[in-house]
Amino acid sequence: MTAWEVAADVPDPELPMLTLADLGVLAGVEEDGGTVTAWLTPTYSGCPAIAEMAADVDARLRAAGYDDVRVRLRLDPPWSTDRITEAGRRKLAEAGIAPPVHGLLHLGPTRRVVSCPQCGSAETEELSRFGSTACKALWRCRDCREPFERIKEI
Amino acid sequence: MTDDHVYLTLSEAPGEPEGEARWAYGTGFADPLLGVDTALPPGLDGADLAAYCLMLGDDALVLAQRLIEWCTRAPELEEEVALANLALDLLGQSRQLLTRAGQADGTGRGEDDFAYWREDHEFRNVRLVEGPNGDFAQTIARLLLFSTARHALYERLAGFADPVLAAVAARGVKELAYHREYATSWTLRLGGGTEYSAERMQAGLTAVWPLLDELFTAHPVEIRLGADPAELRGPVLAELAEVITEAGLAVPAAAPMARVGGRAGRDGVHTEALGLLLAELQVVARAHPGATW
Repeated sequence: MTAWEVAADVPDPELPMLTLADLGVLAGVEEDGGTVTAWLTPTYSGCPAIAEMAADVDARLRAAGYDDVRVRLRLDPPWSTDRITEAGRRKLAEAGIAPPVHGLLHLGPTRRVVSCPQCGSAETEELSRFGSTACKALWRCRDCREPFERIKEI
Repeated sequence: MTDDHVYLTLSEAPGEPEGEARWAYGTGFADPLLGVDTALPPGLDGADLAAYCLMLGDDALVLAQRLIEWCTRAPELEEEVALANLALDLLGQSRQLLTRAGQADGTGRGEDDFAYWREDHEFRNVRLVEGPNGDFAQTIARLLLFSTARHALYERLAGFADPVLAAVAARGVKELAYHREYATSWTLRLGGGTEYSAERMQAGLTAVWPLLDELFTAHPVEIRLGADPAELRGPVLAELAEVITEAGLAVPAAAPMARVGGRAGRDGVHTEALGLLLAELQVVARAHPGATW
């Protein structure tokens, strides 16, 4: 496996059904001689999972036989939910988490169509724009009555 | 592989560089600017940049500390979670800004050195962020003022000469958009609710309003860096007036809180509240210097 493939396969600590590549946090992997440098772009400024991500990427690369590993942060350009891949969006939906909508964030009363990840109904409503992690909002379905989480656009 | 789930890595972690010293988020990751290019752009004064990063970083740190006081005390669980999320964003911004300050001033001091080992007169936050929360409406009022002003500032700083500060601002402006939206929606809801809720919201705005102007009062460091906050006064006041009027409330007419011999928060002159806040923030770090877990 290439260093990119190893790093790309590391699961996200909070959303373990997604890899760091699915999430768009893995910003690049460079192999230079015996040195591997992996670049991560944090999601939110205060995301506490970035420490785990960096440690996991480091450990996976070392376990794969790369001895000289450097994990670095890349802050520019900032992370956006647009960086979540199609595969990542599919895995989120399969796990019952509504994926973000492509495009810039829309604030205010603009009505967004968010499908219920349980029953597919479009009759959903936002309960709170803030949820269990920085990247999620809390929603509920008015048809099947199930609450669900949703990755909010940023 | 043992890292398929985070809690497995915490309990097993064979061969981890941090070994058993890593059991919680954040441990073993001391540098929030890990590997980011720390070179100063030519022509930018390191001491001034450090001072400016402390001003903005202290604003965020102190307000984050105030917001988390709502944990277990908020009127509803959803609001508690929301306020904690806002605090987490601010704390993250603060960690990067304080770290940048230690790089820019050449001392190599880290975020913990700044957060835990400075006295109140060494903090450079505006007085707006340090006072007690008051009731929920007053908390919202302060958040409305701060997030509207900070959003406008970060928009401008996204093009700042220092690439690290610019990146923090570019990230932060998106987060502050959510903060401002949260504070705005609650201002409208309380203002347009019952007579009593409107009264409380009005009282909250009136209480914090005298502290607003300090955000627009330039410190010499800001002037030298070409970041005069007075430029924000007009647009931010207009935005606030629009929200407050839409909420059916009155824009307070209170005069700015007096400065002390011409000095205020940016000069290290604070109200008594900051010392009490810092005592709580710093007590564990000072009781166990250098402790790790």
